[in-house]
Amino acid sequence: MFEILVKKSINPTVSLMEIYAPAVAKKAEPGQFIILRVDENGERIPLTIADFDRDKQTVTIIYQIVGSTTKKLDALSVGDSLQDFVGPLGKPTDTEGKKHVAIVGGGVGCAIAYPVAKKLFSLGCEVDAIIGFRSDDLVILKDEFESVSNKLVLMTDDGSAGEKGLVTDALKKLIESGAKYDEVITIGPLIMMKFVCKLTKEYGIRTVASMNPIMIDGTGMCGGCRLTVGGKIRFACVDGPEFDGHEIDFDEAIARSSTYRDFERHRYEDTCNLLNKAEL
Amino acid sequence: MADMSPKKHAMPSQEPRVRNKNFDEVALGYTAEIAKAEAARCLNCKNPLCVSGCPVNIDIPGFISRVAEGDFEGAYSVISASSSLPAVCGRVCPQESQCEGKCVRGIRHESVAIGRLERFVADYHNANSTEKPQKPTLNGHKVAIVGSGPSGLTCAGDLAKLGYSVTVFEALHVPGGVLVYGIPEFRLPKSIVAKEIDGLRELGVEIATNTVIGRTVSIDELMDEEGFEAVFIGSGAGLPRFMNIPGENLKGVYSANEYLTRVNLMKAYREDSDTPIMKSKSVTVVGGGNVAMDAARSALRLGADEVSIVYRRSLDELPARKEEVEHALEEGIKFRILTNPIEILGDEKGFVRGMKCIEMELGEPDERGRRRPVEKPDSEFAFDCDTVIMSIGTSPNPLIKQTTSGLDTEKWGGIIADENGRTSRKGVFAGGDAVTGAATVILAMGAGKTAAKAIDNYIKGI
Repeated sequence: MFEILVKKSINPTVSLMEIYAPAVAKKAEPGQFIILRVDENGERIPLTIADFDRDKQTVTIIYQIVGSTTKKLDALSVGDSLQDFVGPLGKPTDTEGKKHVAIVGGGVGCAIAYPVAKKLFSLGCEVDAIIGFRSDDLVILKDEFESVSNKLVLMTDDGSAGEKGLVTDALKKLIESGAKYDEVITIGPLIMMKFVCKLTKEYGIRTVASMNPIMIDGTGMCGGCRLTVGGKIRFACVDGPEFDGHEIDFDEAIARSSTYRDFERHRYEDTCNLLNKAEL
Repeated sequence: MADMSPKKHAMPSQEPRVRNKNFDEVALGYTAEIAKAEAARCLNCKNPLCVSGCPVNIDIPGFISRVAEGDFEGAYSVISASSSLPAVCGRVCPQESQCEGKCVRGIRHESVAIGRLERFVADYHNANSTEKPQKPTLNGHKVAIVGSGPSGLTCAGDLAKLGYSVTVFEALHVPGGVLVYGIPEFRLPKSIVAKEIDGLRELGVEIATNTVIGRTVSIDELMDEEGFEAVFIGSGAGLPRFMNIPGENLKGVYSANEYLTRVNLMKAYREDSDTPIMKSKSVTVVGGGNVAMDAARSALRLGADEVSIVYRRSLDELPARKEEVEHALEEGIKFRILTNPIEILGDEKGFVRGMKCIEMELGEPDERGRRRPVEKPDSEFAFDCDTVIMSIGTSPNPLIKQTTSGLDTEKWGGIIADENGRTSRKGVFAGGDAVTGAATVILAMGAGKTAAKAIDNYIKGI
């Protein structure tokens, strides 16, 4: 069993947990994810690895309460254990040999963007982090990003924290002001990544997007996580989760991500009214 | 004198109209009386062809003669000398093309019901035997098995009996591989698989679930750091194929693996499961193998009003077991044969609304002797459906190939192994679907057995 050693609420709908998982902690790298089951009847859900500590043998996950499983997960406390916790899955982010990278994170996607920024920064790469949220009360990991970036731009939709506007506005401004990026890495809502990739394509900057589609096994068996990349079917779990952002069919990915929305909503509304507040 | 009645004793089964609404096992199994009567149909041939048709060479007349005498435990001993999963094989082997296909009784009439008798014997033993297997004395050597499907479990069992410390690594949260995620409850109850696995644990086999070889730990690390002297790769062929036709990524298009995994492994058919599955009204399954039959029959049980199978050849070429096709027909599944999909049609919200197909006709035989289907010009037509399940085959999973040094593979992904399961990497053996591509449970078991012998020889330095 996989014990919860730390649990913190980091905004009204997002929490962090440190899980005791020696085998995963030993091999985890930025950009990878895990699959967990809360209990015996639980579904398998993929969550990205937000951090790991090889000495403490822990893996940090950050999740947003969006459905019945994340709600069940959030009902657990320190000392409780998860039924299953498997990983690290997917290919790690390629962090070698980069000089200047912009990391563009949105909402809870910042949870994956953070370890990537941390690794790049530790390797001596110049890191510009642009993180975006709806409003001040939803901001996560600001201090953490501060410590692993050369420049941090915080954006909110309503201007209640940082600058008012979208992450693409901030990225465009940095590029226009002369920043020369080897690569842009974007992680967040599909619609945000779609527009980040559209922008960087105009400037001809290589861009990597981290995808988080519906998934069951996470080992290449179900094909539920398939995406069209460069006109070909690719599986996010074994071929990704990162792909060339200029090749991804985002519109198809956006459509597929809503396959079970009605099912999720029914399950969720049965148990909780928090949905109205959650950032979907 | 053998009973010369021309037909097999019928298998007591749930009524088609009852069973197509539940997930309980379809076939109920022979009673002791029926089993003895069926066993009396065996001619006990001096040169039994049935044995040569069995991939693990079970002494078939030997066990059947004991059934005829009412010595069911004796019959079990005969079977278990050659097969480690008789309760599974009695249910899922394609007997008509193996043992029963060779039975001399089958030349003029129906063969002896070897599969049904095997199942009876295994179920009798599981229900009545209290005997625990003796834990063998350990010989001090460690072997790792990758994957807990039929080949891995067989290899693990054989090695444990020889005294090896065996650890089976499984990526999913329950062991059993395709027996658990792929084959539905109504064809192979999961309690039977669990029982077989408990038996292995009693032999001392350790099973490490939630461990993805190639990610959580690599084969190189198992051998270099964790002290395993040999590794058997039985990781199966789990990577689903698609047709690459327009509309295949619409909402409501599943691979058979995804659909069956949601139903079998994740129990999406039960109210208390958190795993969602579409509430479909009209389901189209593409393909003609056992997996296609399983997906179609599962869809019916989940409440679909209409389920059809689209297959590009004719009924005679269906690769599925005969019994599965018969069961599917009885349960009300429609077959659209000589039909090939060319496009999946979607609605404005991106959900499946239908399928466009083209009619086929059979042309010249291909290299395997099956007549090749060719498109009939100008014969396109469309029909409505809200769910499509693609069941056109699987390829070996690429993870192990990508993460193991010195392991040669075929272009299509299969691991290259010789007739004893030896791969290009010293100490690494492989078998089952990971080597052959998608095949049967019994062939995978046979490969696991062969590899166990080869591993024993390798470690002993023979």
